[in-house]
Amino acid sequence: MNRYPLWKYALIVITVIFGALYALPNIYAPDPAIQISGSSASTEIDAGTMQRVESALKAKSIEFFGVEFTEANGLVRLYKQEDQLRAQRAVQQELGEREYVVAVSLAPTTPEWLTNLGAEPMKLGLDLAGGVHFLLEVDTKKVITEDFESIETQIKRFLREERLRGVKIRLDDETLVIASEDEDARNKITAFLRTDVPALQYDRLESNGEYLVHARMSDAYIREKETLAVQQNLTALRKRVNELGVSEPLVQRQGRNRIVVQLPGIQDTARAKAIIGKTANLEFRLESRPSTLASQKEEFDWREAGKQQIYGPASLEKRAFVKGEHVTNASASIDPETNLPQINISLNSDGGSLIFQNTKNNVGRRMGVLFIEYHTRTNIEHDEDGKEIKTFTQIPEKKIISLATIQSPLNMNFRITGIDSMKEASEVSLLLRAGALAAPMGFVEERTIGPSLGKQNVDSGIKSVQFGLAMVLIFMLVYYRVFGLAANIALAVNLTLLVAIMSIFGATLTLPGIAGIVLTVGMAVDANVLIFSRIREELAAGLSPQSAISTGFDRAFVTILDANITTFIVAIILYAIGSGPIKGFAVTLAIGIITSMFTAIMCSRAIVNIIYGNRTVKKLWI
Amino acid sequence: MQTEKMINFMGQRKIAASISILLILGSIVSLFINGLNFGLDFTGGTLVELHYEREANIENIRQELKQQGFPGAVVTNFGSDRDVLIRVQTEDAKLGDKIAKDLQAAANGEAEVKRISYVGPQIGEELRDDGGLGMLFALAVVMFYVGVRFQMKFSIGSVAALAHDVIIVLGLFSVTQLDFDLTVLAAILAVIGYSLNDTIVVSDRIRENFRLVRKSSPIEVINISLTQTLSRTLITSLTTLLVLVALFLVGGELIHNFAIALIAGIVVGTYSSIYVAANILLLMNISKDDLIEIEKEGAEFEDSML
Repeated sequence: MNRYPLWKYALIVITVIFGALYALPNIYAPDPAIQISGSSASTEIDAGTMQRVESALKAKSIEFFGVEFTEANGLVRLYKQEDQLRAQRAVQQELGEREYVVAVSLAPTTPEWLTNLGAEPMKLGLDLAGGVHFLLEVDTKKVITEDFESIETQIKRFLREERLRGVKIRLDDETLVIASEDEDARNKITAFLRTDVPALQYDRLESNGEYLVHARMSDAYIREKETLAVQQNLTALRKRVNELGVSEPLVQRQGRNRIVVQLPGIQDTARAKAIIGKTANLEFRLESRPSTLASQKEEFDWREAGKQQIYGPASLEKRAFVKGEHVTNASASIDPETNLPQINISLNSDGGSLIFQNTKNNVGRRMGVLFIEYHTRTNIEHDEDGKEIKTFTQIPEKKIISLATIQSPLNMNFRITGIDSMKEASEVSLLLRAGALAAPMGFVEERTIGPSLGKQNVDSGIKSVQFGLAMVLIFMLVYYRVFGLAANIALAVNLTLLVAIMSIFGATLTLPGIAGIVLTVGMAVDANVLIFSRIREELAAGLSPQSAISTGFDRAFVTILDANITTFIVAIILYAIGSGPIKGFAVTLAIGIITSMFTAIMCSRAIVNIIYGNRTVKKLWI
Repeated sequence: MQTEKMINFMGQRKIAASISILLILGSIVSLFINGLNFGLDFTGGTLVELHYEREANIENIRQELKQQGFPGAVVTNFGSDRDVLIRVQTEDAKLGDKIAKDLQAAANGEAEVKRISYVGPQIGEELRDDGGLGMLFALAVVMFYVGVRFQMKFSIGSVAALAHDVIIVLGLFSVTQLDFDLTVLAAILAVIGYSLNDTIVVSDRIRENFRLVRKSSPIEVINISLTQTLSRTLITSLTTLLVLVALFLVGGELIHNFAIALIAGIVVGTYSSIYVAANILLLMNISKDDLIEIEKEGAEFEDSML
């Protein structure tokens, strides 16, 4: 009795080896490094670039090693963490801010044979690595309101065209109320709504001799609009974050209308906020006439180098009558009549009336669309004490993306033709969409963790795991002797498996996550304590050592299962309601429960079986 | 079964019940009068932590902040006399950077920013709602699970024990006015998990003994069960407390209150698994008959699992 079949031992051994392999990368401390990438996809990193990087570092006498690069990225490892920022600045100055992005990062030192197995170390959360966390809220309500307004304008225009008099329209808390005096007019309105305004659902009502239509947007439509707005803001944010030069940024939608931005390792939070928070960057202007006063016009280059060569700079009026915030949508398509590419642009109601007023008397002139990109320049000056003072200035760079003749007065929906290729049309429409934010955004949460606090958190986290683990190991050994040893080995395997699973799933380790690991260490022995107490009881009740062992393990099993399932439920609830750090705690807790079930029951049983299983035992050391 | 070895736990049940009721009433009164000292996560606002190169003069910092136009700023030491925490109730996300910059300038650059946090008012409100909701939801799910796996009376007993623990830990934070932040909320939910673990182990044994020990009265059965599980209850609490003390001592300032909440929760949870759950079972006149139907299902389940 008390022997495991061979397959159980094999399973345990395989699991332990597997766990050890995938936990192993976490032992190798990462090197401080700087990472170089091109600011656009066309910029390639080559040996020449890396030579410039090396000479820039040598000039500042910063020691480095392990230079490596691919087409997209270059990496230089440094010996000292303190050199990182100096190195970044030196390299950025050498390569220039226009073409290259230089970021500080931590380069893993995992040996190649482990990387080939897909084993990677855990990612450190912001509270351990230092960096910034932003939570932005997209004002989707505004998007919906604006959409309502443009629908209202559309209906009003229909009423004018059809000469339906005496019809009143008002917007009443997300319901558009259209009141007409006779049923005939109402029928015309509902027919129009049915065919031309699919976004609305409506009811007919009669009250005080008035024929009413109550129109509302469908939930699905509102959701879709919101998703579109959030997605567009995400796109815009990603482009902006790329400008910051962070090695592993995270830009992600959270919930219905929020966006999380996490920038590990970022030091200049002011710059990060300036770039992320920047606004509208599109302008519609008329081309200037030869008679336009010099003070009223400006010259701009084309955004595309090819067009710049053909046409040269163009002169536009100084006044911009429609801006990026007026654009609600833009898409590329093929004009069915001419088979040429075109861009369809939709403006909101304000934009619609502005563009109408400004184009109705200017048919035949050309209208230019300017795309404005903000580049953040970091100026470093030294004050009299030699201390660095950094200032950030946002320099707008305005370039023409389209210049086309106005064929007829424009309104909310119009198109730009005369585009050379479909590729260009889709690129420009992407710029039109992404350039401006779909909806205003505000910061609702912001956390900056300085690099020193991150390091301090790592140190105290490691210390508390070591300290806690040591105390539990000693206690178990003293109290349960041989069985304590089995429990301790099981606990060590448990920790290894926990780390391995977290690494495999790419979980991010946070300070509360470490607290979860520590708590797991304390609670994981519970299963063993249950089993061992039971064995002691059975021995006291007069059972022989061998049958006490097997009865103890068997009887404790159901209790362990019940107790762990309930704790697991709590971990799931924690995960569901918690935000960032709490989720980290919940994840470690949940994984810890599963691994501890395995190790406390299977592993410790296997060890006990090996020690006591195959012989006659008179006395148990428990 | 050895009935001779038995500690008369339930003999003191009236005293224990009075202690529990007093503690709960005290906690509720304190929660009503003092409330909880909600941390930034729940109230919203701005928090700046600075590390000074030498001992920080709190009074000077207060004066400096007053001059900069933040008279409502709360300035305290955090962990050591060189670390300073500044809290301002504001809805302006940019304020933290400004305060940090001003104070760094005032300290001639001899201060390092450890962290800056801004939490908008809407976030805090959501967290309060979600946190409370999560706790209630956890209790409901647990009640359901225990009701299905054990029996309704056990379910009421364990949920009462959990509520008992949560209220007393909340009461402790209310009386001491320690910062109640997100990590403390997590700790309280973990306490629910832990205390439940304890209660289930005890209930499991009570159920088992009701089937085994035919002749004894309910009080005796419960006493036997508590005695049998006592060493396990104490040892597990002890090992968990060991690691929590480690967290408290070396885990750093940020999880200090997390450790305190858990330590308190585990002490109370250990007590409640002995006295509260069992007491409620007796109050509801638990008897063998309550477990007859379950016996079959439970036995089947055990067989199939082995």
